[in-house]
Amino acid sequence: MAGSGAAHLRGDEALLSVEDLVVEYRTSAGVVQAVSKVSFDVLPGETLGIVGESGCGKSTTGRAVLRLDTVTSGSIRFRGRAIEGLDEREMRALRREMQMIFQDPVGSLNPRRPVRELVVEGLDIAGASRKDQEAAAGRVLEAVGLADDRFRDLLPRRLSGGQAQRVAIARALAVEPQLLICDEPVSALDVSVQAQILNLVEDLKRDLGLTVVFIAHDLSVVRTVSDRVLVMYLGKLCEFGEPEAVYASPAHPYTRALLDSVPQPDAVDGFTGPALEGDLPSPLSPPTGCRFRTRCPRADEQCAAEEPQVAEIRPGQFAACHHPLPVPEVLAAAGGAAVPVPARSSA
Amino acid sequence: MTLSGTLRKVARSVLVVLLVTFMVVALLSLAPGSVATIILGPAATPESVAALNEELGLNDPVFVQYWDWLVNALHGDLGTSLLTDLPVTEMIADRLPVTLELALLAQVIALGIAVPLAVAAAARPGSVVDRFTSAIASASLSIPAFVAAPILVYFLALQLDLFPVSGWNDLSEGLGPNLESALLPAFAIALAEIAAFQRLLRTDLVSTLREDYIAAARAKGMSPSFVMMRHAFRPSSFSLITLLAISTGRLLGGTVIVETLFSLPGLGSLVVNSITARDVVVVQGVVAFIAVVYVALNTAVDLGYGLLDPRVRKEVKA
Amino acid sequence: MTQIDYLDQTGGALSEVVQSEPVVPVVRRKRSVSVGLSWSWLVLVVVLAALVPLLPVSDFDVAAGPPRTPPGFGNGLDLLLGTDNFGRSELSRILYGARVSLVVGLVAGTVAFVIGTFLGLLAGYFGRWVDAVITYVTDALLAFPPLILLLSISAVTKPSLFTLTVGLTILVIPSFVRLSRANTISWRSREFVRAARNMGATSPRIIRREILPNVLPTVASYLPLVIASLIVAEGSLSFLGLGIPAPTPSWGGMIAAGKDSLDDAAYLVLVPSVVVFLTVFALNQIGDSLRARFDRTASD
Repeated sequence: MAGSGAAHLRGDEALLSVEDLVVEYRTSAGVVQAVSKVSFDVLPGETLGIVGESGCGKSTTGRAVLRLDTVTSGSIRFRGRAIEGLDEREMRALRREMQMIFQDPVGSLNPRRPVRELVVEGLDIAGASRKDQEAAAGRVLEAVGLADDRFRDLLPRRLSGGQAQRVAIARALAVEPQLLICDEPVSALDVSVQAQILNLVEDLKRDLGLTVVFIAHDLSVVRTVSDRVLVMYLGKLCEFGEPEAVYASPAHPYTRALLDSVPQPDAVDGFTGPALEGDLPSPLSPPTGCRFRTRCPRADEQCAAEEPQVAEIRPGQFAACHHPLPVPEVLAAAGGAAVPVPARSSA
Repeated sequence: MTLSGTLRKVARSVLVVLLVTFMVVALLSLAPGSVATIILGPAATPESVAALNEELGLNDPVFVQYWDWLVNALHGDLGTSLLTDLPVTEMIADRLPVTLELALLAQVIALGIAVPLAVAAAARPGSVVDRFTSAIASASLSIPAFVAAPILVYFLALQLDLFPVSGWNDLSEGLGPNLESALLPAFAIALAEIAAFQRLLRTDLVSTLREDYIAAARAKGMSPSFVMMRHAFRPSSFSLITLLAISTGRLLGGTVIVETLFSLPGLGSLVVNSITARDVVVVQGVVAFIAVVYVALNTAVDLGYGLLDPRVRKEVKA
Repeated sequence: MTQIDYLDQTGGALSEVVQSEPVVPVVRRKRSVSVGLSWSWLVLVVVLAALVPLLPVSDFDVAAGPPRTPPGFGNGLDLLLGTDNFGRSELSRILYGARVSLVVGLVAGTVAFVIGTFLGLLAGYFGRWVDAVITYVTDALLAFPPLILLLSISAVTKPSLFTLTVGLTILVIPSFVRLSRANTISWRSREFVRAARNMGATSPRIIRREILPNVLPTVASYLPLVIASLIVAEGSLSFLGLGIPAPTPSWGGMIAAGKDSLDDAAYLVLVPSVVVFLTVFALNQIGDSLRARFDRTASD
């Protein structure tokens, strides 16, 4: 599956619209194709979940959208305005509207500054008065559940992971952004704390009308927070759709494999489903045609020759695959007969 | 170490050497007191001074002077001493062996004292022995050569009459007299090195001894001293060798104090005497020579690192 | 209870525990005796050196007693440490020499610290050609054995307090540049720097508010060690007769003058030697303890 194509874009009302985004960077070993022609958009008030394994380019996508990584090519539109070509100065003015939550909560905070200075960093840069900053600090700290005075003077190393992430969220909220990109915000946290942070993001989204892009590798986390889900693999787009549909009846073999690899608590039938064979190919020289074909049980010559384009497989569900999976009900209705799988190519 | 990496490092060193020698030549061409006046003596007329300046090329811009100097240097000509009329290269060749012997002797002495101290300290980290030896090392680090040398002279030369107070006995006069005149100065230099070696070796030994394979060796029943000498010493000595190479380079200039005090005919005293006598040409040549050797030594260590480190070697094999 | 609480299997009890602040036990740092003594010695020297014009000791260039009087009590402050070949008070000369060493060491060290840290920040943060140029010049300066560099500088300048300080500053700037650059590179790629850029911070602001406060403690912890080496350098120069010119006394000069009288007036060498040793040792001890403390923090 080599997700190119923009069939799944929903048009001009999107707050953020990314088309054919390419992010490549040079290393001594060659050119790493981190993101290769990925398109997606996010409607105002929506939460888009981007999910995929490590190295699939989802974090790079998030950073590139905010112009924190260099965009090799492609277009990024924020509120209809193209921002991929803006220079640093013009971007700085826009930064307040697009904020990011990072993966390492404590690491994303300057170890030498207390919480009350950290949360108003954005306002300070914008030149807000000391009084306004203090008022804003109180406001956002309360919004994230750290209203207690003792938090104000703490240094980041005295905070737990969850508290640090709350501070990071407060800091992002202080500038009143419209778009919030969360790059694996709960991956480094304990499970119980994850729930709290996710609840917090949900509440804030609702109260403040935020638009959220939620990047994660944990499928269950993404499912619960997202209105739409985007599955990525090796810099390409696999599948896009509503979580319920994608999770219940995935159209893309990779999505199916991801879902199957989640260890089942009830181990009657073994711990996982059929495992993905092989290793992740190197992003320095990804497979031709569909990038997933080297590990896909349904791959054939067409997959090697031709890159699949995103197409609407079922209403509202898009996938980039030459041989998308049918809906499981069809299987059941057909009396359990095996779905014809094309012969494996020797590639 | 790839070929391109090696070439790049060497190229970089050459560039550094160029900048270094340029600094030396440019700096010293600013020396107050015209060179011509020195050559011609105090009775020189302004006209003859001006003429000689022109002839020596001292009115040329700095870059031209440097270029001339560089071209000559690459042909092995570092100029002629303003005072003694001897070629600078000859003077360096005359005095280099003295400085070299001092430096090497100092290293040997430093190692001879530092290694046992380090081993004793690392065998029982945190013990009285460890803290005592670390204190000694620390203290010796704080005794600069110009403090150590006179005191050593006082105790060992004057009071105990073990060594001569000054003067150098060339090797041609026999190894005994030679060492006699060299030991005291070398020891004065060695003091600072002892501390550096001891610390480094001790730290390395302690961390190596913590490794699992040491525990395995002990579990096999090997005695602690055997383990120390055979298994711990070799990997730890690696960075020591590196430090050794670097400090040898540093010592080339560090013998200045000691050579002056003991009246030893080495490179260091040559520099000082030439500065006092305003013999700019000699100073240029000697300082440039020392700096180049220093860079070359460091580059060799840098390149050799890749070759010597067995971990790197293994990767190359695989 | 929202739809996400299935992730929290404990029914909410855990979240209460987690909300409270993690308990960080207060670590009682053991005060080292030698570090305490070192500070005492330094304070003593600094205070005495600063106040020496007000103290009841003679000037450093007047005869205060019979020449070559050994140190001893009961003869007054002037003769506490004996007199030199000209009858001048050793105590007075030591203290005035201390002024030279301390001023030169502190001024050169601090100026080099400021300049070096700044250049290192620039080199480490901006990289590319800025880094290339700064590193190139730094490497070239570091290619000289220190004393040789000093000697070269003193060869072309007329010796004075000013030229001495300038020369010593140039000597140690490269060390600070290297230190600052390495630390800057390590801090520059941290996530909070990216977060700051995300907030719209300009590069100067990021350097000033995010990177500098984290680099400064580590680099500053080397200041005592550098000052110690500067005092040694100044002493070496004056020992060779190339330092601060007479009649101003200097520790190195006093040792040089005294070495010819070692056989019958050894104290002329021993007294300044002990003072130099104690001062350098004290600075090294303090520097080591600071370095142990701050380098560990930097590795977080």
